[in-house]
Amino acid sequence: MIDAILNAAPAWALSHAAPLLVMVPLFLAPLLALVPTGRIAWLISIAATGISFLFALILLGLVQTSPIGVVSYEVGRWPVPLGIELRVDALNAMILLIVTTIGLLASVFSWPTVVAEIPKRKRALFYSAFLVCFAGLNGVAITGDAFNLFVFLEISSISTYVLVALGSGRDRRALPAAFNYLIMGTLGASFYIIGIGFLYAATGTLNMYQISTLLPELAGHRSVQAGFAFILVGLGLKAAMWPLHQWLPNAYSYSPTFVTMFLSATATKVALYALIRFLFTVFRPDYGFEISAFSAILMPLGIAAMVVCSFQAVFQTDVRRILAYSSVAQVGYMILGVSIGTTAGLSAGLFHLVNHAMMKGALFMAVAGVVLTYQGTTIRDFAGLGRSAPWTMTAFAIAALSLIGVPLTAGFQSKLQLGFALFDQGLWWAVGLVVFSSFLAVIYMGRVLEAVFFQPPVNPRKTRKEAPVLLLVPLWILALANLYFGIAADFPLGLARDAAAAAFGVEAFR
Amino acid sequence: MNTDHHVILRVIAKMLIPVITMFAFYVQFHGDFGPGGGFQAGVIIAVAVILYALVFGVPAAMRAVPPVFTRSLAAVGVMIYAGVGFWAMLQGGHYLEYQALFHEPPGEHHGQHIGILGIELGVLCGVSGAMLTIFYAFAGRVAEIRDEDW
Repeated sequence: MIDAILNAAPAWALSHAAPLLVMVPLFLAPLLALVPTGRIAWLISIAATGISFLFALILLGLVQTSPIGVVSYEVGRWPVPLGIELRVDALNAMILLIVTTIGLLASVFSWPTVVAEIPKRKRALFYSAFLVCFAGLNGVAITGDAFNLFVFLEISSISTYVLVALGSGRDRRALPAAFNYLIMGTLGASFYIIGIGFLYAATGTLNMYQISTLLPELAGHRSVQAGFAFILVGLGLKAAMWPLHQWLPNAYSYSPTFVTMFLSATATKVALYALIRFLFTVFRPDYGFEISAFSAILMPLGIAAMVVCSFQAVFQTDVRRILAYSSVAQVGYMILGVSIGTTAGLSAGLFHLVNHAMMKGALFMAVAGVVLTYQGTTIRDFAGLGRSAPWTMTAFAIAALSLIGVPLTAGFQSKLQLGFALFDQGLWWAVGLVVFSSFLAVIYMGRVLEAVFFQPPVNPRKTRKEAPVLLLVPLWILALANLYFGIAADFPLGLARDAAAAAFGVEAFR
Repeated sequence: MNTDHHVILRVIAKMLIPVITMFAFYVQFHGDFGPGGGFQAGVIIAVAVILYALVFGVPAAMRAVPPVFTRSLAAVGVMIYAGVGFWAMLQGGHYLEYQALFHEPPGEHHGQHIGILGIELGVLCGVSGAMLTIFYAFAGRVAEIRDEDW
């Protein structure tokens, strides 16, 4: 399919795919602030995310067919140390594909939920903020310039705060949640930029690839190590690495349902991508301070995240909070995979990243459907929905099983890969903890599924009331993807393996 | 009219506002070959309107420069900036490659000049629009819960 797109694409699309992927939504976003009605804004946002999706496919094809596996684009034709370089390898191509796919599905399904939750005069502006956020996330993933990454990170974050705060129409607690997120997110971005300042002081360049070539002789330098620490904490905050995740549960529970779905599947993923880019491409995993950071910081924190937050999820009564805590736990799996420091571990972490985007996207989309028709998110509100909304809830159940890691679902495949990677390094106790955390997932998702399928409805007058078709189609695309990639995992696993190889450097590329 | 004890303030402000605006444009057009540029000029223009709002009241300022206009101005500014990039791309260059704007050989700088002026114009609109929108959002805010209701 990618070959067909490469053949059909005109020459300008092939040579300018990288900037167009980001700039088309970024150009259309201010336009949405000018259009009169939300419905037009919705259609334009579908078009913008669709175009970006096509360019992401083109970029993936270009990276896979390129002999060195890198697509580089000089903005304004300024040569590399001076200008901003957009640099796409297998790692970013994968992340771009995830973000644009989820963005497209999210904007298709968004209209019914936006009508229900956002006041009429704010709808067009809401879509404008969504497109800015989408463009910013893509920009973070596409750029090869450390400072440009900061700019895009702030573009996406600031619009995210707005999107979260717009949940105040449904629940006033969205406002403190957004403010909390703003403070934490700004702290994270400041730490990141301080770290970049240290690296710039040591190397004199902001291009990530150039920094990586200059660093080996400076690895003992104190300012490089300080920069590493700041970047780790800053991006860890953005990626909701335990214990820096305190902003996440509230932000996910009170924002508009569409925003929750989009953010859960993209925002932390992109921050985690940036972290991986710095850990593996800019810094090398064989530097002494990074090895100790892996074993003394990332691995314990990843394990703590998946155990502690799974426990916290068990005791929640609101389905969205269960899923939010589960998200932090899943970030823990990814961090654990990354912290092994091997290609296998990194590819397992990235594979789980892809799968988690699919399952959390489907779960939050189903929750959005329930909020739309039944206006409730506690487990009690979910009781008996298996009978009144069978399509929505079957998709929810598939994604939930995938989250637990039941065989024949995508979640099982990535946990299996994570287990292999851990066994390779003799970390059998960590495998045990992964299994234990999966049992906790059985409990917290089981509570919801039990209510959905085996309890009588709270209100017996709730007759058969399905979510609208516009929501069911993307939901089922994601749910079936969970099943399909659980059986034939070649495509995402291949992407993750290429991405891990690319992260380790060009010389390791295939 | 003896009750108006702000008369000096009003007269001076009325005198200053056009000067401030003119200074903003000086900074703007000085920006491509010296210190200054769109960001500073945008802030100075916004300051002129904010001074008007401080002295004559926010409602009067909102009548003169409506919030819808400031919001649109910010959006248009971003589109001008991005549009210059797309223009360069349509002429066959890279994104934001000023040299490609008029298909010039190296050594001629007409495209560089026009390109940076267009960008600065976009920044001017974007920054002044955003500054005023933020100001209106704070200044025009009415408390949702009245003090008596606490």
